[in-house]
Amino acid sequence: MEDALIKIVGWLPMLIKATGVTLALTAASVSTALVLAVFLALGKISKDKIISAVCSGYVFFFRGTPLLMQLFFVYYTLPNIFPFMTINSRFLAAWIAFSLNIAAYLAEIIRAAIQSIHKGQFEAAKALGLTYGQTMRLIIIPQAYRRMIPPVCNEFVMVLKDTSLVSIIALTDLTFQTRMIASNKASSLVYIPAMLIYLIITAFFTAIFNRLEKRLSIYE
Amino acid sequence: MSVIRTEKLCKSFGTLEVLRDVDFNVEKGEVVCIIGPSGAGKSTFLRSLNQLETITSGKIFVDGELFLHREKNATVHDSDPAKHKSLLLEMGMVFQSFNLFPHKTVLENVTLAPIAVKQMPKEKAEELGRGILAKVGLSEKADVYPSKLSGGQQQRVAIARALAMEPKIMLFDEPTSALDPELVGEVLGVMKDLAKSGMTMLVVTHEMGFAREAANRVVFMSDGYIAEEGLPERLFTAPQNPRTQQFLNSIL
Repeated sequence: MEDALIKIVGWLPMLIKATGVTLALTAASVSTALVLAVFLALGKISKDKIISAVCSGYVFFFRGTPLLMQLFFVYYTLPNIFPFMTINSRFLAAWIAFSLNIAAYLAEIIRAAIQSIHKGQFEAAKALGLTYGQTMRLIIIPQAYRRMIPPVCNEFVMVLKDTSLVSIIALTDLTFQTRMIASNKASSLVYIPAMLIYLIITAFFTAIFNRLEKRLSIYE
Repeated sequence: MSVIRTEKLCKSFGTLEVLRDVDFNVEKGEVVCIIGPSGAGKSTFLRSLNQLETITSGKIFVDGELFLHREKNATVHDSDPAKHKSLLLEMGMVFQSFNLFPHKTVLENVTLAPIAVKQMPKEKAEELGRGILAKVGLSEKADVYPSKLSGGQQQRVAIARALAMEPKIMLFDEPTSALDPELVGEVLGVMKDLAKSGMTMLVVTHEMGFAREAANRVVFMSDGYIAEEGLPERLFTAPQNPRTQQFLNSIL
């Protein structure tokens, strides 16, 4: 028992370093995806049929195929077809694939939040002479934003765990590092601290998002 | 001079004709109440004026200028975008369900459009906003959120919000229909003050008392057209059209 503890403590620095990669990938992907998702959501509800169809098609594709396949596609298939698209950095490849994928899910969250705003809000803004852009920026998004927090939080936590898929393209995230230790040291004990680390960071982010949600609900 | 005039205004939702050849006119300083059974097209008419509904055909003049001319769902003439917007801003709108911005304080609700649309400096907009809030009797509520207000107070803020854009005419779409009976009076009071101050008003309402007391003219709409109009006293006591008689009998 004591041996096991000593072993685990010894692995911790490596695991924590790899956790940094997991967190960086999650944060980078979710923030890139958020920007992309706002445009996708507005595109989907656009009255322009072509824009709407393109955005719907995007969401359909990325939600209808496995994330792992999309990762392989960005990392292996694209460079095969278009050599100039070769991505040497595993992190960059994962970042791109995850951003594209998450954007599809976030777009649906944002679209639903925007459409949940009562149409009277759009009408009041229009009657006051606000442009579409002003209406979105000043009236709709600030209200929709608060309704997005719980589902976006869920999505963030899901992504945090889904990033473990990148271990398959040998990006040294927490999962990959854990697998390396497990095979090199021939000890499956390492999965215990690794899982605990995942649990601690998901709990941490859930707590932060809960507080944010409470703070944003002051006017209700 | 007429502030708003319509010629043969028609509006259909699919095959349902909601407005049929509505010819209408409001003179400056006039208070006109539109009454009629539900489904008569009163609200649709009001919403058509400020483009919340797109008319099927007809002409709308605002302030003597041709604002919009459409025939068979196609625009024949639309005032140029800058003119269109300035004419649109001549019409302030008050909704049945208030539609205040819940994430903005009362004062912010009032100053938002002057700042965003008219590029008014914030200080000036706040000064204007506080002045208008005082007129509707809500000075002390400037910094609270709408959810903390009663329905009557919310509607008064909505009136202040529309007034802050300094419109030439105020459109009221059943402003008291969503209110508890004891809160109706305060909103009607504000509207009466507004009428006395010379504001041109077009009010869709079920408040016959208000129509009788504050209106210069009452319009009775039924089945998408203006069935009868006249001085309130005349229309309420001696309606000519059987539809008007029937309607008044059913509600009084």
